[in-house]
Amino acid sequence: MRKNWPVITLGLVLLAGLVAPFADRSTSPGFYVEVLLGGLMAGVLYSLVALGFALIFKASGVFNFAQGAMVLFAALAVARLAEQVPLWVAMLIAMVIMVALAWVIERLVLRPLVNQEGVALLMATLGVSYFLDGFGQTIWGSDIYKIELGIPKEPVMILESLFQGGILVNKEDFVAAIVATALVAALALFFQKTTTGRALRAVADDHQAAQSIGIPLNRIWVIVWSVAGFVALVAGVIWGSKLGVQFSLSQVALKALPVVILGGFTSVTGAVVGGLIIGVGEKMAEVFLGPVMVKAFDLAGGGIENWFAYVLALLFLLVRPEGLFGEKLIDRV
Amino acid sequence: MFYRENGQFKSTYESDQQMLPILQDRVFMLVLLVFAFGAVPFLVSDYLFLSLLIPFLILTIAAIGLNLLVGYCGQISLGHAAFMAVGAYAAYNLVLRVPQLNFLVVLLISGLIAAVVGLVFGIPSLRIKGLYLAVATLAAQFFMDWLFARVKWFTNYAHSGSVQTPPVELFGWTVNTPAEKYLFLLGLLIVFTLVAKNLVRSRIGREWMAMRDMDVAAEVIGIRPVYAKLTAFAVSSFYVGVAGALWGFVHLGSWEPLAFNLTLSLNLLFMIIIGGMGSLLGSYFGAAFIVMLPILLNQLPAMLGVPISTSMATHLELMIFGVLIVFFLIVEPHGLARLWAIGKEKLRLWPFPH
Repeated sequence: MRKNWPVITLGLVLLAGLVAPFADRSTSPGFYVEVLLGGLMAGVLYSLVALGFALIFKASGVFNFAQGAMVLFAALAVARLAEQVPLWVAMLIAMVIMVALAWVIERLVLRPLVNQEGVALLMATLGVSYFLDGFGQTIWGSDIYKIELGIPKEPVMILESLFQGGILVNKEDFVAAIVATALVAALALFFQKTTTGRALRAVADDHQAAQSIGIPLNRIWVIVWSVAGFVALVAGVIWGSKLGVQFSLSQVALKALPVVILGGFTSVTGAVVGGLIIGVGEKMAEVFLGPVMVKAFDLAGGGIENWFAYVLALLFLLVRPEGLFGEKLIDRV
Repeated sequence: MFYRENGQFKSTYESDQQMLPILQDRVFMLVLLVFAFGAVPFLVSDYLFLSLLIPFLILTIAAIGLNLLVGYCGQISLGHAAFMAVGAYAAYNLVLRVPQLNFLVVLLISGLIAAVVGLVFGIPSLRIKGLYLAVATLAAQFFMDWLFARVKWFTNYAHSGSVQTPPVELFGWTVNTPAEKYLFLLGLLIVFTLVAKNLVRSRIGREWMAMRDMDVAAEVIGIRPVYAKLTAFAVSSFYVGVAGALWGFVHLGSWEPLAFNLTLSLNLLFMIIIGGMGSLLGSYFGAAFIVMLPILLNQLPAMLGVPISTSMATHLELMIFGVLIVFFLIVEPHGLARLWAIGKEKLRLWPFPH
């Protein structure tokens, strides 16, 4: 109990943040719930990107800065292919491309760099992300493209009887949230129940031990990067249909980074929970805290959601350095 | 073959602690300095000064600063351009609000302000390590980007948020022409290099290196981690802050709110990776490489007679940049400085194998 006080304090602060909007009398509960839901749905999308990070870090100890570039690359591929063939064919072809990409990355970048320290690998993925940004735009073009998922975009009113004026929900967000949830569930099953999943977890635990009992390390890495490519594809399609496929899509990954450190690098659960916390926190801050700050400090516009997630994650790390669900590291001399 | 140090004995403590213990190295350095100060201003065109040498000199100061933190103390930072921004905006506001200050004093104060900010963002390093820290330093980047874009006081209520700087004046000398800028920056760079060199071979630098190599062991032998890590953050931010002020005043002249963005941070990091972590010489090489590469890539197609569109050129630049980074990491993880050392060693023995 005594040891947990920082976590409890932080939880209380977060709760206070959730309750604070009601200090202003004009906040209607309907609007509040709307913001909360919006935050949760944005959070699910962050989780999608964060999942890609967590998967690769868990299995190969590589912090994959290129995840954002992979999201952009996959989305571009789907968007451009869908102009020629039906959407599902485009997604299949894009998936094949992502697997090929995973194989190439493993072959050309990871294998020569095996046993290098984490920083060097991080740098290498930065190089990969530069390359993918350039390569993707060279072969697919650099305009803004659309992905049509065939989901109606107009918002619907729900719970009109419960709140005055009802709550506006975007149908597209709703579908995205369902897809993301399904994906997380599928990944959890894959990791827990299949032989490959078990091998992946073994590699994550200890490379050498896994290798010594006959798990082919290289193949596992290709699989992990392919899975990450798949996650990037899903995230790219959903984000792309929401925002349009363009270069700024690769910046979405930067939004997902605080999610990963908040949840803990190694944890799939952490990616999901962290995503929800960041999503809600960000929306709350943007809607309720932003105007207050603009008024108080005479700012040229809000935009605090650009850094809020990072500062939230940073404060959290001060309390729990390994993140919410990360493994605790013990130093030995 | 080319030079040997035979017969150069160290018989006093002074000669043992010299910065350049070998006579040939001293001569080489002297010739280089005479050439840089005496010959280059007359030989080089204004275009080369503005596009190559001036950015190179400023970015070298920044790279040395980042190298002190990442290469010597082992704390990764992905957000160092934020401290450049702090330095630049601090200098801008000092010149604007206290115009009678000497520019050197302005540089010093803006460096100190950047150091304080760096100290604050360095505090998490006491709790978190490695990749977590790398991501956490991004907080500095995004927060500072936002701060300088949104808080109007910093940009003196300019409408577009972009700021203009007056020319630099020093003791009645207006640093105006490219050659003058070059000489001013060269002088500063030499001072900063000497200070850094002496820092890393004195007590504090050794503490940083001990922290980098194994923090728990360093703590056991009596190095205070709080002190070592925070001084590294402060000194590094000071260097980078001064470089930021110079970047704004001497190189850019006027800049937009997002001039010091994440791309610049990553470029700084590439400089020390490609140049060599934990090597001052490497900072020079890395800065030169990163400054030259885009210019080369832009000129190359024209030289080869292959016309390509500008957007194509940007994409190609990104691709080649990415490939080069991965290539360097695979071929020589210790960077150009290590290649230089190997080359020197080879030349010393040449043409004999041993």
